[in-house]
Amino acid sequence: MSDQSTGAGWFAGRAPEADADLRAAIRTGRADAPADWPTEAVEGGFADDTEAYYETLRAAAIDAAREAVAEREGADDQQLLHAVRAMDDATRTANELAERCHEWAGTQFDAVEPGIDGARTLADREPSDPVEERVVALAERIDDLASEADDLRGFIERLAPEVAPNLAEMAGSVLAARLISLAGGLDALAKKPSGTVQVLGAEDALFAHLAGHGSSPKHGVIYTHEYVNGTRPEDRGSAARALAGKLTIAARIDHYSGDLRPEIHAELDERMATIRARADGEESGSADGNEEEAR
Amino acid sequence: MSDLPEGIQRREFDGRQRLATRGEPVYGEPTDGEWRCWDAGRSKLGAMIETGMDVRLTAGDGVLYLGAASGTTVSHVADIAGPTYAVEFAARPMRDLLDVAEARENLFPLLKDARKPESYSHVVESDLDVLVQDVATRGQASVAVDNARFLADDGRLLLAIKARSEDVTAEPDAVFDEVCEELHEGYEIIDRERLEPYHDDHLGVVARRR
Repeated sequence: MSDQSTGAGWFAGRAPEADADLRAAIRTGRADAPADWPTEAVEGGFADDTEAYYETLRAAAIDAAREAVAEREGADDQQLLHAVRAMDDATRTANELAERCHEWAGTQFDAVEPGIDGARTLADREPSDPVEERVVALAERIDDLASEADDLRGFIERLAPEVAPNLAEMAGSVLAARLISLAGGLDALAKKPSGTVQVLGAEDALFAHLAGHGSSPKHGVIYTHEYVNGTRPEDRGSAARALAGKLTIAARIDHYSGDLRPEIHAELDERMATIRARADGEESGSADGNEEEAR
Repeated sequence: MSDLPEGIQRREFDGRQRLATRGEPVYGEPTDGEWRCWDAGRSKLGAMIETGMDVRLTAGDGVLYLGAASGTTVSHVADIAGPTYAVEFAARPMRDLLDVAEARENLFPLLKDARKPESYSHVVESDLDVLVQDVATRGQASVAVDNARFLADDGRLLLAIKARSEDVTAEPDAVFDEVCEELHEGYEIIDRERLEPYHDDHLGVVARRR
C-alpha cells in the first residue's frame, strides 16, 4: 500500500474489500484540496461505477465514524480519576523521599540542594562507597518518580479535553480532573449543586463550620483557578461562586451532551470582568461597585 | 413566499401547516403517510425555508453539511438531495447521526473538525452544489470561507449564524454585520434574514461562491 500523498483520495492504492484499511484511510488521511473522487475511483478501477463507489464510501464512512466514536467514548472519566490520583501520589511521595534523601546526603556530600532538583543532581553523581551508592540509588528513584508525575500530567492534559471538553476548557485539564476525582466521576459531578462544587476539596473546613467552629469555606480546590486566586480577597467569594456556577453547567453539558459550547465560557469571562471591576470602581471612587453588589 | 424546493411540501400537522419531507422518521416527529414533519423550531435550515428564504435546494444536489449534530436537519436534506456529506465533531451526537445514516444510502457521516477541511478533503468530493453550515464555534465566517473549496463555481452556501457563539456581550446585529463582512472574502451574499421566532439571535444567510 502506497503512502497517501496530499493529493490523493481516501481509496488511492487500496482495494474495495480492505475494510480496515479503508476505515483507517478515512480517519487519518488528508488532502490539500478535494477532487472529483467518484470519477477518479471509477477510472482508477476502485469501483465499477459511481453507485458502487458511493456504496463502498458509505459503508467505510459509517464504520470509521463508529470506530472513532467508540474510541473517544472509551476515554472515560474513571481513567482520568485514577490518573490524577496517581499523579498526586507520585508527586507527594517524590517530595517526601526527596526530604529523606536530602537529610541523608548531607552526611555524605557537600552543599546538596533540597527537593526534587537536589535529588536529580545527586542522581548524576558517581558513588565512591557503599553508603554513597545507596544515597545515589535513592536519588535515582526520586528522579524517576518525579518524571512519572510529569508524564501523568501530560496524559491528563491530553485526556481531559476528550472526557470533559467544557470543563477542561474552563478549569484547565488538571483542575477538571481533580473536580471529577473529588466528586467520584463526571456523572456524580454533573449531579452536584454548584454550592457543593464551590467547596469540593475543603471538606475539613466545611465540616468544622457545620460543627460550629469557624466560618464557612469560600472555596475548595477551585482556589487554584486564576479567577479565584487572582481576584482580591474581598471579592474571592463572589468569584468562587461565579466560577463554581459555570463549572457545574460545564460538567452537566459534558456529561449529558458532550459538545463544546463557547458561549458559557464567554459568559464566565464577562461575569468575572464585572466582579473584578469592583476593585477598580473603589479605587477611582465611582459608585459602580456598589450597584453591582446590590444586584 | 418563494416556492418550496422540490421534495418539500407544506402539510397539516397538529392543525398547522408545516414543512414536510419524505423519509424514515428519526426522532419521533409527527408523520402523515410517507411525509414527516420538518420542525423549524429544531432546525435552522427549516426556519430559513419557513421564513421564505430562497434556499434553492434541488433534488440530486451534492451537499456538504457542517455541524450535522444528531442528524435531524441532515436527515431532511439527505431525503431531498443527492450525495450528502455530514461533518460533526462531537462523539455523542455522532452516535445518533450514525443511526440516521444507516437508514439513508446517500448520507456519509464524518467525525471531523469543520475548522480543518484538509482532514476530510480526501473524502468529500469537489464541485458540490450546496454547503450547509450550522456550527456553534467562534469564527463561523472563516469556517465557511475555508470550506468554499468544496463548492462548484456557482455553488451556494446556506449558513445559520449564531450570534452568541461569536460574542455573548455584543449586539447580535453588530455580530451579524461583522460575520457577513468576513464572508465577502469567499461569497456574494444573496439574502439574509433573522430566524426569529424559531431561533433567537440567529441569522440565516444564503450566499453564492465567488
